[in-house]
Amino acid sequence: MIKEIREPLIFEISAAGKRAAELPALDVPENKNLLAGVALRRELDGFPEVSETEIVRHFTRLSQKNYCVDLGLYPLGSCTMKYNPKINERLAAHPAFAASHPLAPADLVQGSLEVLKRVEGLLCEIAGMDAFTLQPAAGAHGELTGMMLIRAALEARGNARKYVLIPDSAHGTNPSSAHICGYTVKEIKSNANGTIDLASLEQGMTDEVAALMVTNPNTLGVFESDICRIAEIVHAKGGFVYMDGANMNALTGIVRPGDMGVDVLHINLHKTFSTPHGGGGPGSGPVGVKAELVPFLPAPVIVEKDGRFVLDLDRPRSIGRVRAFFGNFSVIVRALCYILSLGPKGVREIAEYAVLNANYIRKSLEGLYYLQYATASMHECVFSDKLQKEFGVTNLDIAKRLIDFGVHPPTMSFPLIVHGALMIEPTETESRRDLDIFIEAMTTIAKEAKENPEVLHAAPHCTYVRRLDEVAAAKFPVLRWEKKP
Amino acid sequence: MSYLSLSDKDKAEMLARTGAAKIDDLFCCIPEAVRLKGPLDLPAAQSELELVRTIDALGRKNAYGGHLSFLGGGAYDHFIPTVVDYLSSRGEFVSPYTPYQPEVSQGTLQIIFEFQTLICQLTGLDIANASLYDGSTGAAEAVLMAHRVTSRDKVVVARSVHPQYREVVRTYIKNLGVRAVEVGFGPDGRIDKDELARVLDDQTAAILFQSPNFFGVIEDVQGLSDAAHGVKALSVAVVAEALSLGLLEAPGKLGADIVTGEGQSLGNPLSFGGPYLGFMACKKEYLRQMPGRITGQTTDTEGKRGFVLTLATREQHIRRERATSNICSNQALCALRATIFMETMGKQGLRELARQNAQKTAYAADRLAAVPGVKRRFTGAVFNEFVIGLPKAWAAVDAALRAKGIVGGYGLLADYADLGSAALVCVTELRTKDDIDRLARTLQEVLR
Repeated sequence: MIKEIREPLIFEISAAGKRAAELPALDVPENKNLLAGVALRRELDGFPEVSETEIVRHFTRLSQKNYCVDLGLYPLGSCTMKYNPKINERLAAHPAFAASHPLAPADLVQGSLEVLKRVEGLLCEIAGMDAFTLQPAAGAHGELTGMMLIRAALEARGNARKYVLIPDSAHGTNPSSAHICGYTVKEIKSNANGTIDLASLEQGMTDEVAALMVTNPNTLGVFESDICRIAEIVHAKGGFVYMDGANMNALTGIVRPGDMGVDVLHINLHKTFSTPHGGGGPGSGPVGVKAELVPFLPAPVIVEKDGRFVLDLDRPRSIGRVRAFFGNFSVIVRALCYILSLGPKGVREIAEYAVLNANYIRKSLEGLYYLQYATASMHECVFSDKLQKEFGVTNLDIAKRLIDFGVHPPTMSFPLIVHGALMIEPTETESRRDLDIFIEAMTTIAKEAKENPEVLHAAPHCTYVRRLDEVAAAKFPVLRWEKKP
Repeated sequence: MSYLSLSDKDKAEMLARTGAAKIDDLFCCIPEAVRLKGPLDLPAAQSELELVRTIDALGRKNAYGGHLSFLGGGAYDHFIPTVVDYLSSRGEFVSPYTPYQPEVSQGTLQIIFEFQTLICQLTGLDIANASLYDGSTGAAEAVLMAHRVTSRDKVVVARSVHPQYREVVRTYIKNLGVRAVEVGFGPDGRIDKDELARVLDDQTAAILFQSPNFFGVIEDVQGLSDAAHGVKALSVAVVAEALSLGLLEAPGKLGADIVTGEGQSLGNPLSFGGPYLGFMACKKEYLRQMPGRITGQTTDTEGKRGFVLTLATREQHIRRERATSNICSNQALCALRATIFMETMGKQGLRELARQNAQKTAYAADRLAAVPGVKRRFTGAVFNEFVIGLPKAWAAVDAALRAKGIVGGYGLLADYADLGSAALVCVTELRTKDDIDRLARTLQEVLR
């Protein structure tokens, strides 16, 4: 990230007549009456005209303004920013897969179908579920799918019910997904340990409640130790337990959600199974279910018949499709590669070292930063800016100053139950050296907060742009480039 | 293969700092009764070389690549300039996350801003978001958006919209008290306007139509928009083949209020259906109802231009159950590929590419229609796909073509039984005149 690099918008360097791509001459006789009577456009008004050199420079310069996992620790809590193996990129782009068409006859895409079927099986084993659908394109999409499955199962029993219980520590997608599924959300308060309060749950869990959506470990990085009792309470009233598997990275090979009473869960392949985040997507959010919910899975379902993979479209009780085609296929190929690379021992080591690294950071920063919940941490720990507030320093200042030390900031201001939160998730792939660079930076910043808070308020100091005016961006939205009149 | 980075000495020292005697102790908060007692039943770990062999073997089971294919139907085989793969595989683009910290994410943010601009230019509308999952979920989100804007509960959906998109729309709306009423098509393959007039009423939130539609036929976007506006409903255009916008008038200039669609054609491989990218643009008065991420321009403390994610009060992490959508991510890397593709093709190239698709398709349609027994099923003008009617069952024709190394099209029996034996044929710039002639010749042979 070189501060001096400046790069205009492509539209600002465009000049008439330049080209970066040529096509072969048309090899069929030209039809002069082509599209007669159809409204055609005169030109692609505003589209850029640049050379190939300019394209390559433009995107290379822009790339250098991004921080990324390949550069260093990226401890965004709840996002699981682990290293993305390069071989998985190459294999996901394998010509046999990249060129396979989703509407091709099943006979011609047996390899693609086998990839999907194999990943379903591997995820069933890892999560302890009976079946998986790979259609959902992301975690939130998986939540929506999972809640629709629950609704369908309840409708089949005769009553879809009205409410969904969600802890106050949950990610915003949980209530939003439940809402789109037609449910009213009831929040349940966390207790002093930061976990679900059993008394509140028992009180809230009526026969009007469809499901509890629980994240485990929760967004504080704390394992819901009462999970088996929680599931009993929900099941006793005929409800379902939905687990948001965003934090599955803490559990792989240690414990399976299906063994602790979870009926439905989604897994983020872009978190736990290392598929790259790509600057905000694509992800993949497969949903696993227990037997009762299998008939409702999105159609089609891939089945193996006489050694061949075929699509079963005859699913009368299915909730229907949640996405065209088969989901984010090449993301799923990467997850397959990852699981095959690691094997059973490696999959367990994901959780072991993710939890070790998080606890190493926690112990190293305890005392320097305020820890609202002293409960044992799993794969992430949530500090806050309470001690630094005394000197007028906020979590935003701390985050921005970290950038000056070459480290990406943690997740901020989430979960909502911790004011001024700094949610730190190192993941298992990090080296001691990179963990220590982060710890040293945080230690220095704690000292600076006392001695020289101005340097924090003005941070970051070494980036191409300084702190940006987000209020103005929302108040006077400029959402596209426009040609000057 | 392990991707861990700790030495035994690191582990021991780090464990000592945590105060735990062994790693297992860090999991003491998990009830013993549910903890796994042995290893998972997973295949043994593979080295990189073994993994390559495993995936190669799976790849060899895909016989599709050895065929000359004319499949389209929402997933299009187009040329991808080398710079798209080269630039989009940079770690600085592949390995970051959502640009939550704008000071270290200006690359991703500026690219989204350029993407939004290009989508506005293509669709002829005021604003665009940073992308959605794909075309099908884009269609569903557009319907929900129209429902919020109009507070009406009925949506009129053309039967000529991609069957899988319609299915996704139905899945999304069924728990929200919104109902879909389908409208059929006429002999030209366009929406049946008489039937449309009968179902439009003051309860209609939107008309959802696709153009070019699933049959490749270009709809009368202006006429449909006027009809929608006549009952104060929104005109929602779905574009499953984004390349068509290089040649056809922008739907936003023909009255569409929301344009959503599939951007796969723009530099993203077929990849068995995903990941792709949904795009969505709308008139600015509907900005607050737009789902998904949006990037905006602003300035830093020194007055320098920069970009940030903005208008987050629409989104789930602020608004929770009252958000405009539950979507949390976008398809940033696919949108990056689309941006590189569009900027590389540029003003002239994208238009020329679209023109070649249309020209080759027109040629192919004439060649196939000249095969005895084969008929064009619809009379309406098409972009790069068309439907042929056949004198024999498509399943038999398809099998015979495949035996000669050709996937001639997508059979419509399952989705449109009323069309009889019919197939959707797609011709992109990648199919040469020889390819098209070979299809026509072979079709003639197998129908003989």
